[in-house]
Amino acid sequence: MEITKNTIEHIANLSRLDLTEEEKSMLLFDMKQIIAYMDKLKELDTSKVKPTAHVMQINNVFREDKSEPSYPKEKLLANAPLSEGGCFKVPKVVE
Amino acid sequence: MEYEVVIGLEVHAELSTKSKIYCSCTTEFGGEPNTHACPICIGMPGVLPVLNKKVVEYAVRTGLATNCHIAQFSKQDRKNYFYPDLPKAFQTSQYDIPICSSGHIDIEVEGRTKRIGITRIHIEEDAGKLIHDDQQSASLIDFNRCGVPLIEIVSEPDMRSAQEVIAYLESLKAILEYIDVCNCKMQEGSLRADVNLSVRPIGQKEFGTRTEMKNLNSFKAIVRAIEGETKRQIEAIEGGADVLQETRRWDDVKGISYSMRSKEEAHDYRFFPEPDLMPIVIDDKWKQEIEESLPELPEVRKKRYISEFGLPNYDASILTGSKVLADFFEEAVKKFENKKAVANWIMGDLLRLLKEKEMEVEKIPFPAEYISKLVMLIDKGTISGTIAKKVFEKMFDQNRDPEIIVKEEGLEVLSDENTLVVVVKKVLQSNSPSVEDYRKGKQRAFGFLVGQVMKETKGKANPKIVNRILKEELEK
Repeated sequence: MEITKNTIEHIANLSRLDLTEEEKSMLLFDMKQIIAYMDKLKELDTSKVKPTAHVMQINNVFREDKSEPSYPKEKLLANAPLSEGGCFKVPKVVE
Repeated sequence: MEYEVVIGLEVHAELSTKSKIYCSCTTEFGGEPNTHACPICIGMPGVLPVLNKKVVEYAVRTGLATNCHIAQFSKQDRKNYFYPDLPKAFQTSQYDIPICSSGHIDIEVEGRTKRIGITRIHIEEDAGKLIHDDQQSASLIDFNRCGVPLIEIVSEPDMRSAQEVIAYLESLKAILEYIDVCNCKMQEGSLRADVNLSVRPIGQKEFGTRTEMKNLNSFKAIVRAIEGETKRQIEAIEGGADVLQETRRWDDVKGISYSMRSKEEAHDYRFFPEPDLMPIVIDDKWKQEIEESLPELPEVRKKRYISEFGLPNYDASILTGSKVLADFFEEAVKKFENKKAVANWIMGDLLRLLKEKEMEVEKIPFPAEYISKLVMLIDKGTISGTIAKKVFEKMFDQNRDPEIIVKEEGLEVLSDENTLVVVVKKVLQSNSPSVEDYRKGKQRAFGFLVGQVMKETKGKANPKIVNRILKEELEK
């Protein structure tokens, strides 16, 4: 997979990150190295290896379906930069 | 050119668990904003989600009821996208190993059975609710719904008309209600459908480019959206333009759809396995336990109504289309032989009154045995059909036993000869022109006179006896 400046800008945009030109070139350098390392791993024959779903060998961790009191609304909203009428208030989003 | 429409559906059903998918907040609809929320469902850093076991069970139930393959091993994945109704900036969903796959349900359209394929059913979390404030150019977020468990049921592109889509949705809704995994209230958003639609010239093998339509919250809106989008796509093709693969939002008030996300990269979800949640293993024992707990499904129940109760296909479809209605019907005919008459009252007057009063089937205001009591009163000749309709309305409005209504209000059929002779004589006296007409050979005058006797007795006179006495008196 080829990593270009476009790739970096695309991913930054998806992550809502505003990068300077300098940061972009640093990230381009890092990401190229990471992908090169992954390409190296691809040389291994993994056709007989099951894909890893989780690094720990534990399955079926569940909770029972019981409802308990929620958090106080005031506490939930305490860290919100803006709130109104018990709601979190954010810049307008348009679909 | 003649076109064919090709439709596949993505149905989201909110599961009727008590608590959310990864935390113990209630799933109850409504409530003051952000009172059914906690650090887990509002996505605070450092919290640990734990999967609700019932969610897996309900997904398996749905899979088994729709003839799906159940994955022995399945996992959850992060679907990354930025939108403030989902504060983690990803939705926990399932990507490459859904719990259920390769199923089908059979639908019936115009007397013909058609099989609709189910591609997959997976579990995921619902998002919060955004309230847009136009004046302040701000959006308000209520996270009560965030983390409510959903299953997404994806169909194959097997449907060819709005009618087939509605039949599929009705069958699916009935199944979900029967197996008790979703309350299916479309107006509360607990059942939502996205429509994937494309058109192609009839005879063409390849599919056309499809669009996905969101925001459809009633069967009527779905039908209108399908009609509108079909027309739009055909017009685009005929006008030489391309149909773009995109998500469109249906505006049911304006009757048009418009493009929702212009940026292609919005669909770059970068799925990866959710590291905070462990894989799900469904062994044969668990699967079998769930299978054994399944109730009789709508299709089976319908066939039983036809073979066991001798009901016509149409009646059986209507009654079994809703579990509540079918249960009510069975309760009413439990100790009663005239099943067809009970079915008629339920499908006719009961459904009509519920509709008029905008009441849900769950809210039938009287016990089922009242219907069989009413039919019994008619069958025994205690009351006439006309009176029965009035008794039914009283029974519905006042939740009173029909036997008591009939007794207290003196509605029994009037069969006493002497009383009826007096009434007939009175009617003949005050309607001499009609008597003349009858004697001149006008048969219609006879019907008028019978009507007058009925009117005089407030509909209670036994029609057979009235006919006889009237004839005797007229021929004197």
